[in-house]
Amino acid sequence: MTDTINIMIVGVGGQGTLLASRILGNAAIDCGFDVKVSEVHGMSQRGGSVVTYVKYGEKVFSPVISEGEADIILAFEQLEAYRYLKFLKKDGTMILNTQKIAPMPVITGAASYPEEIIEKLNKTGAKIIAIDALSAALKAGNAKAVNVVLIGVLASKTNIQKDIWQKAIEKTVPPRFLQVNQQAFEAGYNDQKGGGCV
Amino acid sequence: MKKLMLGNAAIARGAYEAGVTVVSSYPGTPSTEITQEIAKYDEIYSEWAPNEKVALEVAIGASFAGARSMSCMKHVGLNVAADPLYSVSYTGVGGGLVVCVADDPGIHSSQNEQDSRLVAISAKVPMLEPADSEECKQYVKQAFLLSEKYDTPILVRLSTRISHSQSLVEQGERVEKPLGDYEKNIAKNVMMPTMAVKRHIFVEKRLGDMKRFAEECELNTIEHKSEKVGVISAGIAYQYAKEAFPEASFLKLGMLNPLPTDLIKDFAKSVDTLYVIEELEPVIENHCKVIGVDVIGKQILPKTGEYNVGMIKKAVFGINADTHNIDEEAPGRPPVMCVGCPHRGTFYVLNKLGLTVSGDIGCYTLGALPPLSAMDMCVCMGASIGMAHGIEKARGDDFRKKTVAVIGDSTFLHSGITGLIDMVYNKGNSTVIILDNSITAMTGHQDNPATGYTIKGEPTKTVDLEKLCKAIGIENIVAADPFDLSGFEKVVKEQTAADGPSVIIAKRPCALLKGVVFSGALEITDNCKNCKMCLRLGCPAISTVDGRVVIDSSQCVGCNLCVKVCKFNAIEPITPLTKGMKL
Ligand SMILES: Cc1ncc(C[n+]2csc(CCOP(=O)(O)OP(=O)(O)O)c2C)c(N)n1
Repeated sequence: MTDTINIMIVGVGGQGTLLASRILGNAAIDCGFDVKVSEVHGMSQRGGSVVTYVKYGEKVFSPVISEGEADIILAFEQLEAYRYLKFLKKDGTMILNTQKIAPMPVITGAASYPEEIIEKLNKTGAKIIAIDALSAALKAGNAKAVNVVLIGVLASKTNIQKDIWQKAIEKTVPPRFLQVNQQAFEAGYNDQKGGGCV
Repeated sequence: MKKLMLGNAAIARGAYEAGVTVVSSYPGTPSTEITQEIAKYDEIYSEWAPNEKVALEVAIGASFAGARSMSCMKHVGLNVAADPLYSVSYTGVGGGLVVCVADDPGIHSSQNEQDSRLVAISAKVPMLEPADSEECKQYVKQAFLLSEKYDTPILVRLSTRISHSQSLVEQGERVEKPLGDYEKNIAKNVMMPTMAVKRHIFVEKRLGDMKRFAEECELNTIEHKSEKVGVISAGIAYQYAKEAFPEASFLKLGMLNPLPTDLIKDFAKSVDTLYVIEELEPVIENHCKVIGVDVIGKQILPKTGEYNVGMIKKAVFGINADTHNIDEEAPGRPPVMCVGCPHRGTFYVLNKLGLTVSGDIGCYTLGALPPLSAMDMCVCMGASIGMAHGIEKARGDDFRKKTVAVIGDSTFLHSGITGLIDMVYNKGNSTVIILDNSITAMTGHQDNPATGYTIKGEPTKTVDLEKLCKAIGIENIVAADPFDLSGFEKVVKEQTAADGPSVIIAKRPCALLKGVVFSGALEITDNCKNCKMCLRLGCPAISTVDGRVVIDSSQCVGCNLCVKVCKFNAIEPITPLTKGMKL
């Protein structure tokens, strides 16, 4: 099972994590892998904390990833990155969108939004790649393309080839949003070329 | 060709390939997408029924009429459909009859985490349980065959992680199943005492026959590996166990009712230590104990919540995951009503008036959470009205005047009407607010009898809620817009003060519906005194940054509720005015 790649996509319901996991799933199938994608539907899609899991490799059993088992976590929001850090492998990579969305307990004053999350994440020794995906998405033409910007960053960190990703995007996003999403993907892909591959 | 498919889509595919022709369901997470996928196949008649009981009854009628039919629901939906289920177990079927039931271990989107295997046992109905999407497809096809061979309805049990995980599925062709003959047979199909007595004997014999099938069928398979450790498991728990015990021998059960006896005993003999890995109730474990097989199960693993690989490894081998840690806890992120949600207006008013709110199930249940905090109880679909009536009968008229029931349009039609009839008939005086957002929102926007469209999007008759309430005997019926905060408040005050039962129809469409347009994002101006009244709306677009109230323009659509609660005229459209923005 060591050869299974475990990727988590975490964020806030409504941010488009589901689409991101579907693009990733389609790219992995195209490479001939066994794939499982575990999604969240229902209650938490209403602005709650959402997590989807994508696993691919020779043979995948559990569709869900346990603590300490994720090779990559793609976090759409800072607090969610923070919440799911414990799922990251010791040598895993956290790709993080710097956007912050206050949860209701913070809005009501019952809790406070943790300060300096990126610094704290860095201090744990985990590999952290931070990107302002919202600005990149706006530049590409649509705030909703945050998910595909992040997929672009992810793509540059995997051993799945670029054209396979591009095909997966074509297959997954509605045609009228294809161009925006292609630009968003490029923005993410070119943003962070450093670091190793999984 | 292999395709990545949700378990739910694979169930639909299996039913399609099996030649099913009639499907009737009521939505419920995590089962909903099965029927939504079915609706895409033109060869199949599909519908949303008003509730699960009706849905199953439609499927039973179709089965009696000779068709392969199916009904799909969530675990608690099976409670609603329990009445027909327990008796169709006696009558048996005409065409194959499959009931898909999706459990929710971990309670991702439900009011409890009951284990529907126990229903299968007590209704004496066989149950299959697939462990991935490919098995979803295969097992449904097999279920139709077994249903017809053994003259029984059959349950296919799913769970959140099976229903909502995608894995690879081989696509096959549909094989049409010609309609069977319709034969009148009252000894079999009319359940009155003389007939039912005999059918119960048949049911017991059928269970015996199916038990023999369970001993040999390919649904229950043994994978021999280690002689030291063996695992019995099924469904999603099998996938977790396979990763947690890579070296163990496995007995994977695909049929959960009835369970085999000899097969388990033989498997137990082949290993030194035997584990049972199953979420929720110790169904397999208790069976093992009854047949004298020693297993380790619930003494080390919980009956509550969902399992995962790490937790099994920890419980069995004492292995802790190696993780990065931060000491500070992350604040929770509970779900919230969307920006522009019509329910926000209603609950803001109910909170302001300090009423006791008898609640129900839907997006509006989120009104129970701070800061709206305007729901006191929520038990099951339809319960709000009966509970409000019970409150009145227990605590009298003064308390009643400070109480309302709230219920969504889909929930009202599901099982609220009978509660309202009870209230009128038994001289209750409570006020019921029907939250009519023109859709079944919580489960992802399904049409219902009040929306005017069928599952296929065809226009149809629309239930007129006002006329319906009138026909029941309600005389005080008022429609009100929950975004007109002061008008809505006035109506609630009047109706709760009045004698006699009353209904307020809070009418405004769900913000996520096509065609719902708002005026565009708002911003806080210099007039702001930071009084934070707007924060009481519980709008996810309004928060504070460095102690000052701000509106997140990337989230705000401009529903203008905050403008209405602001006493200082400090909220205005972003200038220059952006064009009408759609959510
Ligand atoms: C017996 C049962 N069936 C199905 C469900 C799933 N479910 C939860 S709320 C809901 C309907 C919500 O629709 P509505 O009452 O119109 O309220 P809305 O979400 O639109 O506000 C459904 C189907 C359930 N909880 N219990």
